Amino acid sequence: MTDALFEQVRTSLAGMVTDATVAHGILALTAEPAQVAPIARALKENLGFDMFLDVTAVDWPDRDLRFDVVYHFYSTRDHVRVRVRTRVPASDPTVDTLVPLYGSARYMERECHEMYGIVFRGNDDLRPLLLYEGFVGHPLRKDYPKQKEQPLVPYRK
Amino acid sequence: MTASTRPGHQPSAAFEYLTTKKDEFVGWARKFSLFPYPFVTACCAMEFMSVSSTLYDTDRFGAALPRFTPRQSDMLMVVGTVTHKQAPILKKVYEQMCEPKWVVAFGVCASTGGFYQNYAALPGIDKIIPVDLYIPGCPPRPEMVIDGIMKLQDKIAAQRHPIINKDF
Repeated sequence: MTDALFEQVRTSLAGMVTDATVAHGILALTAEPAQVAPIARALKENLGFDMFLDVTAVDWPDRDLRFDVVYHFYSTRDHVRVRVRTRVPASDPTVDTLVPLYGSARYMERECHEMYGIVFRGNDDLRPLLLYEGFVGHPLRKDYPKQKEQPLVPYRK
Repeated sequence: MTASTRPGHQPSAAFEYLTTKKDEFVGWARKFSLFPYPFVTACCAMEFMSVSSTLYDTDRFGAALPRFTPRQSDMLMVVGTVTHKQAPILKKVYEQMCEPKWVVAFGVCASTGGFYQNYAALPGIDKIIPVDLYIPGCPPRPEMVIDGIMKLQDKIAAQRHPIINKDF
């Protein structure tokens, strides 16, 4: 049944994705950055993926297209997941926001923005969520020094 | 007249009076009335609950009744990891406490940062406030916390207790 659904996703998104494989029971799609929002819309409106689980990034410091931006979607009707992965360069790490489709994307994009510096075009509220105002840099990037601290209270002595 | 000069006073074999030093007396009184403020941030809280409740029972040491306002407490127990984002809150809580006050770093995270050495965690609360007692462990066993409280009591009993008054 899951296979049939994956096949349905594959055929209906045929022109939008560059690759589609099944890994660990999840359908993993790869796409261009501009295609992510249309793919998400199709997944939500036509294929029943009504829940936005997460957006995060992966830093590959040696690659030209340095960041993978990874989305996970879940279907509460069919109980299956789909992963969408796209690549963006460090010079312009921009993808379109999914806030118009999924309200929960607002917080997840804020976190991804502060931790990796991914810019979500159209999300007007990218304030720090777990970090604080004045924090310089993006701590989950590989080039952030592992023990670098930015204390808010001056140290004693 | 016999030894007693007070009218109506009947001498007995019981203690009539004791002699002591002011600092020892005040220290003895203070060490059994520790009112903890639990600044609880992480998993050490489970061990804090364990040590506070029936089986181990810090009430035996006069340190059981938590006050959830720093203004009424005199022992700040920092239980768990403190992040840089939380550090200003901890500092403010400490500054709101009245003298005399003592600070206990409960667990390795509060003592040194523990295994966190990264952008987020404060490497020990003694970077921002003075600490009287460090209780290591991840989390510390209740026996260790009780031992720590007893050590803090010894410290309080041996301290000078300046009370600003020429008569006392």
